[in-house]
Amino acid sequence: MRETKYWTWHMAAGVVMLFLLGLHMLIMHLGGMTHLFAPIGGEAVSRANSLFRDGRLFFTVTYILLLGVALYHGLYGLRTILFELTLKPAVERLTTVVLLVVGIGLFGLGAWAAVVTHAIAIAGARG
Amino acid sequence: MPESNKSVRQINFHITRYNPEDDRTPYVKTYTIPVREGMTVLDGLHYIKENVDASLAWRFSCRMGVCGSCGMLLNGRPTLACNTQILHIATTDLTVGPLPNFEIIRDLVPDLMTMFDKHRALKPYVARADDAEINDPAGEFYQSPKELEAYLQFTYCIKCGCCMAACPTLATDARYLGPMPLAAAERYNRDTRDDGRGERSKLAGGAHGAFRCHYAGECSRACPKGVDPAKAIQHLKRQLVLDYLHLARRKRPCQKVHGPGQGKPLPNIPAAPVKTV
Repeated sequence: MRETKYWTWHMAAGVVMLFLLGLHMLIMHLGGMTHLFAPIGGEAVSRANSLFRDGRLFFTVTYILLLGVALYHGLYGLRTILFELTLKPAVERLTTVVLLVVGIGLFGLGAWAAVVTHAIAIAGARG
Repeated sequence: MPESNKSVRQINFHITRYNPEDDRTPYVKTYTIPVREGMTVLDGLHYIKENVDASLAWRFSCRMGVCGSCGMLLNGRPTLACNTQILHIATTDLTVGPLPNFEIIRDLVPDLMTMFDKHRALKPYVARADDAEINDPAGEFYQSPKELEAYLQFTYCIKCGCCMAACPTLATDARYLGPMPLAAAERYNRDTRDDGRGERSKLAGGAHGAFRCHYAGECSRACPKGVDPAKAIQHLKRQLVLDYLHLARRKRPCQKVHGPGQGKPLPNIPAAPVKTV
């Protein structure tokens, strides 16, 4: 049932990504129309607006969640492509372990960056 | 129309030839033969073997789309040679090759053993805990027409291998179970007499099982019997996920209702005619 578990979470991650990427599109790419989470005015990607969002716990959690689901979804997809090359079982196991380590490493790095940015934004807001 | 009045057309058969004892790689040889309306590709191959080249090899048996022996690649599409009329798919040229995704034994004869090994591994039979009843039946299991309908189309599979030849996943992943074995697994999973889903799920939900299917749907397009293996695989995936999430309804195999011949007769069935012999 391990493969069923991986695939079920792959699908679930896809659904979560759909929602989070929709939010990303609304904020970052349709900001001219929606003005969502950009209280300073101007571009959604401006430093002031970015700091505003980074200081909100909701966005820090969202960044980390999006990072997690995107990494899982993407790396599982990559694993599927690699497995279709008729690898030997030992190479398949090694591939899974390498992708798991890479995924955890990238997730740790990204989560650390999101948390640090959150701390900087809060410190900046306090002056 | 009398046979002699039917128009005859010359068709070039471009046939893949390969004899592993003599050839390093397969090659294409062209035969030009007279084709009349109604001739099947199998008829054309017989004509070549009888009149042009007796060394040509292919597999066939029933000549009527039932046995599944004469699956081959005709103009790039896997199908049965016996129920494909030449003039329906060719005006001047016809390419004939062995089914892809299989080793070639010789010429147009694919080695289907890999498919049958996978098929056997998925336990394509009614599996129940009460072995004694299965091996020595003492009664009938009740199954409603609706329950039969749930898996009926998958029973039409003749194991010709056309779906396996059309599958793009199998083209790269030789260990992928493939549409035919997975559809067979789904056929028995849906059978209310069966209790072997758990055993089949171990393999069907494995690293080269149902989840490798991309849903290209070529298997269903290729099937000469109108079976929809792609649908079966999607059902299999859904069932595996529901089982994993513990959302699947617990299914007990149907029970024996009465002894042979003791069932309630259906209404409005006329009596059998009086024996005359």
